[in-house]
Order: sequence, then C-alpha cells, then structure tokens
Amino acid sequence: MTDLPNLARRGFLLGGAAVGAGALLTACTSNQAPASNAPAGNVASGQGDNAQTGKMVTIGFSAPAADHGWIAAITKNAKAQADKFKSDVTFKATEGTNDVSQQIAQVETLINSKVDVLVILPFDGKALTSVGQSAMDKGIPVVNLDRIFDTALAYRTWIGGDNYRMGVNAGTYIAQEMKKKNISNPVIGEVAGIDSLPLTQERSKGFKDALAKAGFQVGPRVAAEFTVESGEKQTANLLQAAGKLDALWNHDDDQGIGVMSAIKTANRSEFIMVGGAGSKNMIDLIKADSSVIKATVLYSPSMSSSAIALARLLGQAKGMGDLAEHEIPASITTYSAVVTKENAANYADVAFDS
Amino acid sequence: MTQLEPATGRDTEVPKASAPRSSRSLPVDLRLALLFGVLVVIIVIGWATAPQQFLTESNLSTVLRLAAPSGVVAVGMTFVIISGGIDLSVGSVIGLASVWLTTLATQSYGPFVMVLCGLGVGLAAGLVNGVLIAYGRMVPFIATLALYIAASGLAERISGRQTQVVRDEDFLDFFRGDFLSIPVLIWIFAVVVAIGWVVLNRTTFGRRTFAVGGNAEATRLAGINVKRHTALVYGVAGLCAGLAAIMLAARTTAGASTHGQFYELDAIAAVVIGGTLLTGGRGTMIGTVIGVLIFTLLNNIFILNNLETDVQKIAKGVIIVIAVLLQFRANRARSTS
Repeated sequence: MTDLPNLARRGFLLGGAAVGAGALLTACTSNQAPASNAPAGNVASGQGDNAQTGKMVTIGFSAPAADHGWIAAITKNAKAQADKFKSDVTFKATEGTNDVSQQIAQVETLINSKVDVLVILPFDGKALTSVGQSAMDKGIPVVNLDRIFDTALAYRTWIGGDNYRMGVNAGTYIAQEMKKKNISNPVIGEVAGIDSLPLTQERSKGFKDALAKAGFQVGPRVAAEFTVESGEKQTANLLQAAGKLDALWNHDDDQGIGVMSAIKTANRSEFIMVGGAGSKNMIDLIKADSSVIKATVLYSPSMSSSAIALARLLGQAKGMGDLAEHEIPASITTYSAVVTKENAANYADVAFDS
Repeated sequence: MTQLEPATGRDTEVPKASAPRSSRSLPVDLRLALLFGVLVVIIVIGWATAPQQFLTESNLSTVLRLAAPSGVVAVGMTFVIISGGIDLSVGSVIGLASVWLTTLATQSYGPFVMVLCGLGVGLAAGLVNGVLIAYGRMVPFIATLALYIAASGLAERISGRQTQVVRDEDFLDFFRGDFLSIPVLIWIFAVVVAIGWVVLNRTTFGRRTFAVGGNAEATRLAGINVKRHTALVYGVAGLCAGLAAIMLAARTTAGASTHGQFYELDAIAAVVIGGTLLTGGRGTMIGTVIGVLIFTLLNNIFILNNLETDVQKIAKGVIIVIAVLLQFRANRARSTS
C-alpha cells in the first residue's frame, strides 16, 4: 500500500463516479413509450338484455403472480372487463401470488368480505379445490378460470382453454400445409414448454395425434421453460440436430422470441413455424409474413374477460343471451383458433403483450 | 506481500489433508487431466451417436455460443468460490441487468450506453453483495440469497414482467455478428477466460484471492485488506453477470426478468466439477471452463439424439458425482504417495 496519501482523493473520485453512474442508471429504468398506444385489453360488451345495467354485483378476483405475459394479460383483461361493466360491477382483485397458501388466504378474505361471485385462476387447481368448495358451500358461486379444480363441487362454472386442441389444431394446420406442398415425409420439430406440466403433455399429445391422423410423426423435440432464454438455447440445439426441417411447432409465444432469435442466428428459412398462445409480437410477425412463422394457435387470455362477464351474469341470475337455457352453463371451453396471415387482423384485439 | 503463495487446504481443521502445496506446483495436474478425460469421453460419445451432426462447424460454434454467457458467469464464480464464498445472486442479477439495459430509455441512448448499463448494474449488484458480506459480516449464502430475491423482484418491476425486445440494430449487429468468422460471443467468452486465468494465476489480486479463501485470518495478519478484497471479488462476479446479461440480450434479441434463471446453480456446478474447493483456497480456471463445456455439450448431445429431458437431468447429476469422486480419489492417491 504505497498509495496511502492518495486514498482519500481516490475515494472521493470513485464515490463521485459511483453517484454519477447511479444517476445515469436510474434514468434508464423508464419503459414509457414516446407515444403509448397500448391496447386496453379485449372485453365482451354484453348483448340484448344482458347489456342493460342490472343489480349491483361485487366480483372477487384471485390469480397467480403476473410473472409472464399471459398471466399479466389475464389480470389486465379481468380489470378491463370489470371496468366496462362498472355501472353494476364492483371489482375486488387480490395481489397475484404463486404461493398456494397465500392464495388460499386471499380467497378466504374475499369470502369473508361477502363478495357476490368469485373468479379464481388457481396457481394449483388441486391445492385450491377446498377453498373453492367452501365458497360454494357458503352460497358464493365460483367461476373457475382455466386451471381446473379437482371436483365440480368446487365451482359453479368452469371456463378455460383446451391444451389438447391447441396441439391438435397446430398439428392439423401443419399437416395441411405439408400436403399442400406435396411433402410426403416431412421432418416436423416441436419446441415444448416445461415437460413436467400436464398442460405441456396435453399439448404434445394433441399435436402427436393430429399428425398421426395425417400419417406424419413428430421428429426432433425439445422442451424449453417458457422463457425467452431457454427457448433460444433449446431451439439452437434442435436446429443443429435437424439439418433440414419442414415444420416446427413452438408451444408458447412467450418463449417464441428466443425461438425466432435462434432461427435467425442459424440463418434457416426452409421450414414453416407455428406458434402457441397468440402474443402480439407473433401475430405482428405473422401479419408481416417476412419470416418462418406462418401461424399461431390461440390460448387466449381473453377467457379472463369472459369469466368476469359470466360472473356478472351469475350475480344477476341471468342466462346467456343466445342459449335456450335459463342458466349459465357449467363449463365453457374456449376454442384454440389458428391465426394466420389471412385472419390476423381479426385477432389483433385478443393478442397480448408477451 | 506479493510473494505470498496461495494457501491450500485448511490443514489446521482437517488433519488428514495433504501437505500444503499449490495445485499449480504439480507439472501435470492429475485432477485436471481426469476432468479433461471426462470431456473427451463426452465428445467421443457425441461423435459416435450423432456422427452426421456433432463435429460440424456450425454445431461446435452453436455449442460454444450457448456456453459463452454461462462460461463468463462461471469465471466470476470461480473467483468467489476460491475466496471461500458463494454467490447465489448471479442468475437474478443477469435478469436485472438484461432488463435494465433493454428498457426503452436505455435503448434510446444507443448501444454504448446499453453495454455500460449492463456492466454497471452487474458491478453495482456485485459490490452490494461484497459490502454486505465483507463489511456487514453477513454469511455469503444469506447475503447473496437476499439479493437473488430482491434483484429478481426489481427486474420484474422494471420490466412490468414483460419481454423487452432489443430494437437497437447496432447492438444486435455487433454482438450477434462474427469476427474473423467466429461469433463475437465466443470471442468474448475466450477473452474473459484468458483475462480470468491471468488475473487468477499471474497477479497479486489472484494470489490474494487464494490466500483469503485458504485462511482469511492469516491473510489479514499478513497485512492484506481482506475486507476490501472480498468486496472486490463479489464485484468481479457481478461484473461477469452484467456481461453475461449483455450477451444473453444479444443472443435472444430481448431482455427479460427470466434471463439467467438457474445460472447460479449451473455456474456453481461447473466450478465444483472443475475442481474448485467449495471451502475455498484452491481451484483452477481451466477446470471451470471444462465444467461449463461438459454441461453445454451434454445438452447438445441429448438433443442431437432426440432424447427426453428427464434422462438428461439424471445424466447431469451422475456426471457431477463422478467428476467430484474422481477428483477426490486423485487427491487421496496423491496425498498417500
């Protein structure tokens, strides 16, 4: 330590530099776009008599933490829908959590505050079954969103997506495209999500079944983790495994940005790609038609808007306009439509920011 | 004090340990040779099972490109672990830095500021760890665990939990491009490893790192500012994480709070199978690099053969055990000879 005399000065300079760097860095956290034109979420408008303001309904809402685009869109859509019906809906949302016991506590709080209807997207359907059932026992109808409870006794109505059909529709679309191109023995790749989740297994099974019906089979398959980074890594490896591909299905548009990046890096364009879920990014790319991605199969967070609309009708004891039944159905499965260049414009409103 | 030799093994606490001697004093390091053997075996397996794809230029370049960010993180982790600490926060710090450098505000300042931002956030986070541990006397495991949680929260807050796409073409062109027909990411990896090796083995900083990890008290009595050195070592790890964030942002064309997930575990595993003692005081940079390559190659070979991911996880675990057991045996053989 020969530099003792200079230490104080050096410390001062370093400190100053640190403060300056800190100031620069904090200036960099803003994500405000110059002209914000974010979509306000897509909402149902209510038809016929159901559009009329009715009895006031208090809706309690509980969902997992919005740690990725899809769940974030679920929460946003629920709020937007409640806002749309603000003349007769009071919306009580809890902070999203991935802690099962915390979510149970939140739902119990909502029950105690005497909401009229509950909308619950459980982090884990099994774990929240009992609290759903206790709400039903107390006479509060529960709209179970997407991740289904263990028993139908725990919900009044279930609304959710169809993972199996998502795979089926992706497979069917790819099979059609292959037949159009007269490819008799195509190499079809698959970038799945987290393999241990039932939803991934259902998607993969649907995909496999649909391809099998057309006489094709799944070739190289990797599993990513619904993150951009894992999507890029696994796809980069997959592209090395398959020197030539004819088609590729990526389960999830959140990880799709990474998948697209890997394809760009490998400089590959000989195949068509289909996405999953329906993010704004991917639908924009499909519309532009300048890259390998040609379609995406929806698993749309718009189901959350519908869940709020259903909850309102349940609270007001109304049925659904066009159905003959006096009551809301016990289960509603949303359809995994295939979004292509041709119909992309129609689906701009259900696209979510990934 | 520049003559201080790297201390090895805590022979005061472990009576049966081998006589103090530097791993570098052996002409041929048996442990490294064994590790290299494992790497060669994996390469041979790759070549044998996927002869068409494995040893192609594009595949090897893909493997190295994918290994690059985790390799850079592991270089920083090597310093931390040799100094007797651990850094659980690097994964979250990568996420935080990647988010911070890809906000619309940062991107509006251009690629140079984006790079500085990534490095700055990483360095700052590392120094926070270092100061908490060195001056706040927190256990490294707890201090870095706290930052692991806080940094991922901050990353989610800044990004609004959304993926931030990099629109700056200059940034992408540079980091996704080639230099002398080798991807820039691989160059960065190589340069960081080279610098890491030189700093660890040929400078006072490196010798002090070994000394602090070997016996912090003796090092302090020898007149070295152990606290400042410890803080700096975590700063190095943070800086590496910041650099890795830049590389990931380029590789994926996006920043996200999920970037770097589990990188801390992969880096620690690579460092440990590379022969670095978790108790500190001994370790090699080359071993770490081989450790990183083993894991990346493993993933690649499994995908080339279209095998299930579950089998791969089992194989990873088995390889960690085999590598560590082999080294343990090598140590025993050496100490009894």
